[in-house]
Amino acid sequence: MKARSRFVLSMLVFGYAFLYIPLLSVIFYSFNDSALATVWGGFSTRWYAQLLQNRQVLDAAILSLRIAVTSATLATIFGTMAGMALTRFGRFRGRTLFTGMITAPLVMPEVITGLSLLLLFVSLQQFIGWPSQRGFSTITIAHTTFAMAYVAVIVQSRLVAMDQSLEEAAMDLGGRPFRVMFDITLPLIAPAMVAGWLLAFTLSLDDLVIASFVSGPGASTLPMLIFSKVKLGVTPDINALATLIIVFVSVGVVLAWLVIRRAQRKTG
Amino acid sequence: MPYIWLLIFFLAPFAIIFKISLADPIIAQPPFTPSFNDAGDFQGTADNFAFLLTDKLYAITYLKSVFMATIATVLCLLLGFPMAYGIARASPATRSLLLLLVVLPFWISFLLRVYAWMGLLNNYGVINNALMWMGLIKQPLQLMYTDLAIYIGLVYSYLPFMILPLYATLERMDLDLLDAAQDLGASRTQAFWDITWPLARAGVIAGCLLVFIPAMGEYVIPYLLGGPESLLIGRVLFDEFFVNRDWPMASSVAIVLLLLLVVPIVFLQRSQAKNAEGAT
Repeated sequence: MKARSRFVLSMLVFGYAFLYIPLLSVIFYSFNDSALATVWGGFSTRWYAQLLQNRQVLDAAILSLRIAVTSATLATIFGTMAGMALTRFGRFRGRTLFTGMITAPLVMPEVITGLSLLLLFVSLQQFIGWPSQRGFSTITIAHTTFAMAYVAVIVQSRLVAMDQSLEEAAMDLGGRPFRVMFDITLPLIAPAMVAGWLLAFTLSLDDLVIASFVSGPGASTLPMLIFSKVKLGVTPDINALATLIIVFVSVGVVLAWLVIRRAQRKTG
Repeated sequence: MPYIWLLIFFLAPFAIIFKISLADPIIAQPPFTPSFNDAGDFQGTADNFAFLLTDKLYAITYLKSVFMATIATVLCLLLGFPMAYGIARASPATRSLLLLLVVLPFWISFLLRVYAWMGLLNNYGVINNALMWMGLIKQPLQLMYTDLAIYIGLVYSYLPFMILPLYATLERMDLDLLDAAQDLGASRTQAFWDITWPLARAGVIAGCLLVFIPAMGEYVIPYLLGGPESLLIGRVLFDEFFVNRDWPMASSVAIVLLLLLVVPIVFLQRSQAKNAEGAT
């Protein structure tokens, strides 16, 4: 009994160390004064100052944020509709194909999704002249496509778990389907939609491969910019940028966690 | 509406990939010949596929990708199962904190997590410096640009995908079953293999597939952590497309990769559909 739990415990410690040591080391070295990324030269915040003056980085960050907000919003709308269609409409024509199309982007290797979307955009351009330029719009479409699958899955599981009698009661009391949807269903699945939006937002901010495929000259997102720098090796200003992102994301996730836990305590 | 969106932006692209994979490369914009002429007659070629099948380099690359993805999946399982087990057996308050700690790295940019390892594994990186400081080694070990580095990167990036489904099944498990087994005289190991393992199998399958499928097509990790000779299929596809600008070849590579993955993907959907039915 003892030996077993000690094994599990040591694996847990090892696993968490494995997950967090790399991140902590990046944060640590971002305050390194030395220009050589891995030699400690004293504490300094000069890389942060340098980062804030770098127009390229700021532009890329803004582009990434714009794409992430737009595609997350679109993905939430479409994903919610898809999730509802899957749980409430019962059987309809092409349902199997539809389910397949929802789940496939979740697991499809990014290189394939990216390549196929780019080829689509190229042929569209040949036939109807749009999109004449690849950049913001093409990346947004691409991100919406794969993110809506995630949203659909989250919304779907929430709808499945939801008490359907509430909707039925509202209908019995004379609510029109549309009213019922806006007064009952949507508020109930709102947490799932928020979670889906956040996930879509992060996925979009995170994506490198698909964006590299469907982007054109002149439009590079933050991950694309980081990747082109990282190829050349470890540099202190990327350490600083990484630290900012890590801290920002961690604070966001921990806050979200606390909010959810409080909400659960209240209801539970 | 989402149905149409998916049809246009998800299904149609595959048809196009397939069409282009049959085309001849030409150096132009876009760099391929049409596989159907204006009259609609087929004039494509299967040359790319023939080349793909006969050329040793591609065969080796595919095999190596399968091999590395498999190893990474097994490593994830070996590390992820005890972790998921530990989390599922912790008290509810710790459990939610431990889960948060597993999920947190997943929200942080994937690229930055791989980048973090570059700093650790470097010849003058943290690990080598620490080992040299302790006097264990005199010369820095070559850690970067090796297969080992790729494995570390893959396991690191996909570990949450393994832990979460495992946790979900382990947490649902009825602990009384284990007590019952032990009351009936089963040893702990016996109880584990006869009860815990079969019950966790759905999670194991889902976790393994969730790691294996994306690991197969991985591009960033082998590019950044692996050496120039570490040709994995995702990287070959990327290079074929961006460096050689041979779009038809890249499309063919994608089709074959897709065919390789169809079996695990269908398998995953089946098991998930079964899970969903079991849950409702």
